[in-house]
Amino acid sequence: MTVPATTWQTVGPFFKIGLAWLYRDDLADADVPGERIEITGIVLDGDGQPVPDAVLELWQANSRGKYAHPEDLQDKPLDKNFSGFGRIATDDSGRFRFATIKPGQVPAPDESASLQAPHINVSICTRGLLRRLVTRIYFPDEPANATDFALSLVDPARRATLVATKSGSSKFEWNVVLQGANETVFFDA
Amino acid sequence: MKSVAGYRRYLPGTQPEYLHPSYASSVKRSPSQLLVYLPHTLSEITGPVFGQELIDAKAFDLTKQSAGEPLGERIIVSGRVIDEDGRPLPHTLVEIWQANAAGRYQHAIDQHNAPLDPNFTGCGHTVTDAEGRYRFVTIKPGAYPWTNHYNAWRAAHIHFSVFGPAFATRLITQMYFPGDPLMPRDPIFNCTADESARNRLISLFDWQTTVPLHALGYQFDIIMSGREAIPFESGRHAKNK
Repeated sequence: MTVPATTWQTVGPFFKIGLAWLYRDDLADADVPGERIEITGIVLDGDGQPVPDAVLELWQANSRGKYAHPEDLQDKPLDKNFSGFGRIATDDSGRFRFATIKPGQVPAPDESASLQAPHINVSICTRGLLRRLVTRIYFPDEPANATDFALSLVDPARRATLVATKSGSSKFEWNVVLQGANETVFFDA
Repeated sequence: MKSVAGYRRYLPGTQPEYLHPSYASSVKRSPSQLLVYLPHTLSEITGPVFGQELIDAKAFDLTKQSAGEPLGERIIVSGRVIDEDGRPLPHTLVEIWQANAAGRYQHAIDQHNAPLDPNFTGCGHTVTDAEGRYRFVTIKPGAYPWTNHYNAWRAAHIHFSVFGPAFATRLITQMYFPGDPLMPRDPIFNCTADESARNRLISLFDWQTTVPLHALGYQFDIIMSGREAIPFESGRHAKNK
């Protein structure tokens, strides 16, 4: 007989004291291979107001599409100084920023031997969110987006919420709308 | 050929809905659209692995972070991190944060008119051992008022953050104390529909881990999503069924 997973509770307004020791807004040391990118954005609530007390966790593959985890059995190299984990909080104006390397493509879970488009997995927690929201950051001008496993599950009219926009050389903007018009797509994952 | 054994989804009712109007902050921060069901891929069945070098071996003891002793009732909070099938989850990171004995957080935006304790930061972390066990020494947190509604008080609680083996198993929750009269009036405690799921957030007073002349013990086990069976047939066969 199994006991169901422990129920989530909100991080509340004071998570910084417990989570700040592991803040990581620069995921890749200088010697990590790959295209260096910067992603900025804002988290907005259902009234369009900035959310100054959100924490985002990031999980991504390295530039070759390999996760630093024992269950990634692909025959691809890992990078010594790249764990693929990031944790960032929004500032007083609801904005966040992180730097990393663009992730490579990882396999899709089907028999077609297809690859997922490059993406960064994101968990979002804030006061007021009783459990995390899960979403993904994709990249613009990426041919693989057209056939991506997760994007194909999403109503085409809403897919753009998952795709960052280019804001400069190697710079991208990706915003989170928790509720309402242009609400970001969140996954049951 | 690339079938993935995902993690089990939550049992209905055992997790909070996003919109819970009695918790005022959820009203404008909860999504209005349904979540999009995502079968687990390599992205979800992997997750961050934290090396031992990251862990401060002393961070499990919140009573020894300063020159002086923090004020309040010293307690030992311990338990196991296991999955839904009872399998221990070794070497997984557990982070905690909490208010001090007076019900005040060491945080700039906590304006509760209660004293800060210069000897208590209220944060700690540890990793589970080979049997999935963890142990913290801390101070029993105080209850505190908040502005959710008239005369609103949070039941005493400790925030827990646990990673588990994968991105899919991430859990952040709060642990409560047995017999706290504020729990029935706390909308955050009550946001989960299933009563037994809710009550599993309440730690057990634990005589076994109580240390004579030193500290009372509380036990709190954390259960992470279990694993679906490893698919033994190829995706092609599964699809043809």
